[in-house]
Amino acid sequence: MTSANLVEIDNVNFAYDSQRTILRGINMTIPQGKVVAIMGGSGCGKTTLLRLIGGQIKPTSGAVRVAGQTVHELKEDGLYALRRKMGMLFQFGALFTDMSVFDNVAFQMREHTDLPEEMIRDLVLMKLHAVGLRGAHRLMPSELSGGMARRVALARAIALDPMLIMYDEPFAGLDPISLGVIGQLIRTLNDALGATSILVTHDIMESLKIVDYVYFVSEGVIVAEGTADEIRASKMPFVHQFVNGEPDGPVPFQYPAPDYATDLQGNGRA
Amino acid sequence: MAVLDTLTSGLRTLGHKVIEGVWRIGFAARFFFAVLMYSGTAFRRFNLTIREIYFTGVLSLIIILISGLFVGMVLGLQGYDTLQRYGSSEALGVLVALSLVRELGPVISALLFASRAGSAITAEIGLMKTTEQLSAMEMMAVNPIARVVAPRFWAGVMSMPLLAAMFSAMGVIGGYLVGVKLIGVDEGAFWSQMQSSVDVRLDIVNGVIKSFVFGIAVTLISVFEGYDADPTAEGVSGATTRTVVTSSLAILALDFILTAFMFRGVG
Repeated sequence: MTSANLVEIDNVNFAYDSQRTILRGINMTIPQGKVVAIMGGSGCGKTTLLRLIGGQIKPTSGAVRVAGQTVHELKEDGLYALRRKMGMLFQFGALFTDMSVFDNVAFQMREHTDLPEEMIRDLVLMKLHAVGLRGAHRLMPSELSGGMARRVALARAIALDPMLIMYDEPFAGLDPISLGVIGQLIRTLNDALGATSILVTHDIMESLKIVDYVYFVSEGVIVAEGTADEIRASKMPFVHQFVNGEPDGPVPFQYPAPDYATDLQGNGRA
Repeated sequence: MAVLDTLTSGLRTLGHKVIEGVWRIGFAARFFFAVLMYSGTAFRRFNLTIREIYFTGVLSLIIILISGLFVGMVLGLQGYDTLQRYGSSEALGVLVALSLVRELGPVISALLFASRAGSAITAEIGLMKTTEQLSAMEMMAVNPIARVVAPRFWAGVMSMPLLAAMFSAMGVIGGYLVGVKLIGVDEGAFWSQMQSSVDVRLDIVNGVIKSFVFGIAVTLISVFEGYDADPTAEGVSGATTRTVVTSSLAILALDFILTAFMFRGVG
């Protein structure tokens, strides 16, 4: 591993079965301290990449290395030890619905440390203060808006000051204000904690404001990569279509179908 | 040719279902083994298990107690009707007590437990899976089988015999109210015959063993169905239904097997 790279994905292929290949020959490096986005349309394999990095699934071939350790070769203890250094923000927060905001953020501290409860209280309030929700620590997840839930989940993800923070669609379903808040928090927290962040998203405008580098994934392969400025200036048809939100292009509007005229003359057969 | 095609297709479907069924049984066995392996947390941090005992056991008390009372009252009525034909209505206490501690207590309380607590356990774990709470836990280096499943499993196993005992006790009170207070069976005979005829090892211990086995079966089915549920609304709903149906069938089948072993050669 290059010492500057926290995560290295080396020629990774992944398939659920012989008919469903999700990722093909993926090579990727995530340098220490950077915020890197993995972008692409829905179902292109972005979240699968996060699951491979977190060791929730194993690659069919190739290797994912995090902090020099090959994730899929780790035994359960080793994998859990590595995960303690990772934080993950799930698409809709995945807060524990039977626990208050405070208990959600305190969860990992209580599970993995022997810190006294007074210290846990201070730490939790500091994490919540960082995401602007110290005053909401008594609320239950059902009492939070989508944006607030995402911020609590972010506070929970950074509870143990992880070296790597992964975000799965952090902007999905948020109003413009929450969108900006979450975007800024991702950048600020990454720099303040000295962490490395991987952002899986299809929200191009918001992510280009905060990321250092972007990988574009389409149909399981990396089709483009570059800095935010390079992506904005790119003339590649796929990137151009994605950045400008054009309905048709290399990613077709129409789902593959038989010839239109033949289909319409199909005598009412569906 | 069409018949052959239908036959082949039918055989293929049957084969697929058999393979799927065997695979699921294998998965359930491995899951059970994993639950036992990771049970340390449930005992080391016993407050987690106590919390689940409250949700599965204490909150099931009302339905168990009320049902027990009514079942005992019905036994009192039906029992008196039959016994008085043979002039042995004093044996009502024995009939009520033996019916309850040997059979009705463990079986009905387990059926009620499956419907009340088992379905709730499945729905809760299934929804935790659907909303990625279990994945989040895994990513936080916390094993969901140790933290979520094992405390619920042991809480169910511990609650079941206690609930069955409460059910039987309430049933006896129900039988007493109807037989002695309402119909007028002799109170002394009711209690003394019960005391002399109910054997601790043969009747009470066997009843406790039954309810313990039912507790293992129902709770295992509940946690497994929740953990294995498809992460969709339809998946959780199907899993909840399967919990109630499979648990009920398992209770009745196990009851027959246990009764056959326990009362072999008695009488």
